[in-house]
Amino acid sequence: MALSLLQPEFVVERDEERCIGCRICEGQCANGVHVWSEEDQKIKTDSSNCVNCHRCVAMCPTRAIKVSASSLRFRTNFNWSDRAIYEIYQQAETGQVLLTGMGNDREYPVYWDRLLLNACQVTNPSIDPLREPMEVKMFIGSKPDRLVFEDGRLKTSLPPQLELELPVMFSAMSLGSISLNVHRALARAAASEGTFYNTGEGGLHPELRKYGQHTIVQVASGRFGVDVDYLATGAAIEIKIGQGAKPGIGGHLPGAKVSRQISETRMIPEGTDAISPAPHHDIYSIEDLKQLVYSLKEATRYQKPVGVKIAAVHNVAAIASGIARAGADFIVIDGYRGGTGAAPLRIRDNVGIPIEFALASVDRRLRAEGIRHRLSLIAAGSIRNSADVVKAIALGADAVYIGTAALIAVGCHMCQKCYTGKCNWGIATQDPWLVKRVNPEVAYRRLVNLLRAWKHEIKEMLGGMGINSLDSLRSNRLMLRAINLSDREREILGVLAAGE
Amino acid sequence: MKKLVSLPDYCLACGMCAIYCSAAHAGSELDVVKAFKQGPPPPALVVEKSEMTAQAAVCRHCEVPYCLAGCIAGAISKDPQTGVVTCDQGKCVGCWTCVAACPYGAITVRSWKGERARAYKCDLCRGISEVPMCVKHCPNEALLWQEIEGEGQYEKNRRAF
Repeated sequence: MALSLLQPEFVVERDEERCIGCRICEGQCANGVHVWSEEDQKIKTDSSNCVNCHRCVAMCPTRAIKVSASSLRFRTNFNWSDRAIYEIYQQAETGQVLLTGMGNDREYPVYWDRLLLNACQVTNPSIDPLREPMEVKMFIGSKPDRLVFEDGRLKTSLPPQLELELPVMFSAMSLGSISLNVHRALARAAASEGTFYNTGEGGLHPELRKYGQHTIVQVASGRFGVDVDYLATGAAIEIKIGQGAKPGIGGHLPGAKVSRQISETRMIPEGTDAISPAPHHDIYSIEDLKQLVYSLKEATRYQKPVGVKIAAVHNVAAIASGIARAGADFIVIDGYRGGTGAAPLRIRDNVGIPIEFALASVDRRLRAEGIRHRLSLIAAGSIRNSADVVKAIALGADAVYIGTAALIAVGCHMCQKCYTGKCNWGIATQDPWLVKRVNPEVAYRRLVNLLRAWKHEIKEMLGGMGINSLDSLRSNRLMLRAINLSDREREILGVLAAGE
Repeated sequence: MKKLVSLPDYCLACGMCAIYCSAAHAGSELDVVKAFKQGPPPPALVVEKSEMTAQAAVCRHCEVPYCLAGCIAGAISKDPQTGVVTCDQGKCVGCWTCVAACPYGAITVRSWKGERARAYKCDLCRGISEVPMCVKHCPNEALLWQEIEGEGQYEKNRRAF
């Protein structure tokens, strides 16, 4: 066999002084990095398969293991980086499309970090959320053109709404891409904190139907798991057109991962490939989309909001306008940093636009057309902390979706190997031994803690700005200032420069 | 009384419970390295793993312990106040009767430091820690420390979800 030119990316070092030969690392590594040698009566380490997920590091009872990036480098070349060279070696050896997991990790600017929030000083009072009421509730759904009151009572009938206790929901991650234990934790955390999780395109496991009132059910191009009970169980329906990590690309769950459990929820034969086509084969125009929106509304007696999820692409504002006119109650825009279980590397790293720009331009376009109230705007695609949430709302979002952040809370270490199905943290896998590593009780607690912590922080930031209701911050760009952005970028975001 | 509950659904068979059991009974819970370099006592629990499942077989400190009834040397006793079943290493003769009698496979007989084989069984870390070490260090909360009334309640607690 010809020599492989690929070299280990990481180096695993073991402190032999501290290693007690307990073999925990051996049992915990699904990539076979640590192997017990009977002959030498000690663990041997082979770094070549290490993905730097830190499972062995975290589990070692004596902290004897260290993983670091390999110091091996090619001759310095700004143009031909080590990464660029290794990618070519890999393709030359396999002839394959490069795959990856999680979101775009390239060094594009993160615009959240170039936006700063305002706070009150002297001339207007700030609010202490610990002493005064602070409203962070949001309602997702279409709002009527005007409200008519009669004898002091509201006469207008309101379209269906989702009531969120905080403007953060768990984004679509299918059962198949992540394990049932993670779904259990997401569903329970959403129910306990008064928010919603999304089934993704893989259907809804019967065990989780009890959380239906906190579930957004997704209808994607593969239509997996969709029947009238599925639609009726969810609190809202989301039509998935695209996702930020791979706009314009479908999905492919290999047959090997379609276990009995997955086959039952997806409603496909066990062991067959689950292919989500790139487009919906019945949607080629806004008019076609309108038909599906109204079919779903009809099927659920107009009792549930129906939304549409699209990836942030160049023409996003016009598309969003069309979606509003197709009768959607909410629109989800997924930025180019959005995560995924598997995507072609070139697509993930080069297609789409930042959520910050997409969000601001969609909000402005819908306002200019006088239809912003007709649908709620949900921003997704790498919301990393509560400040990102607040900035997203100031740029026009009604709520945000978190996917990667939620998985990190559960234990994800961002090794980007989800597509291998060998997730050492038990998240992006269906291996019965690996999925046990997520105890839903623990994961649920960690998710609830994350949501509560963010809620406190959101209230603190609002209080500092002298705002006592999140509703008053929506699209309030005066609360944002830009740093290190060009005039054109600021113009698109609708934000003044710091100091202005 | 408070007892150990083992959840096979979330047990990874990693063996962390056994490591900390040994280290704690070697008198150096906080220094696992030191304990293992010196050769710690065998763990007082057994991590069972098959192709399908895994579980830490832990002592249930039974109301009526078979191990106590079977002990030929009078080494095993049950504290009338706390209900904890312990084995007096000085009296144990290493006859394996308790191992054969235990319905839960929670007792082992091993030789330590070249001495004759003796039975090692759980003492719920009395005198070592408020919460047993295995529970404290289980990375996936597959071992719980719960109030158990009667033997029947075990089954109810096995499933957290």
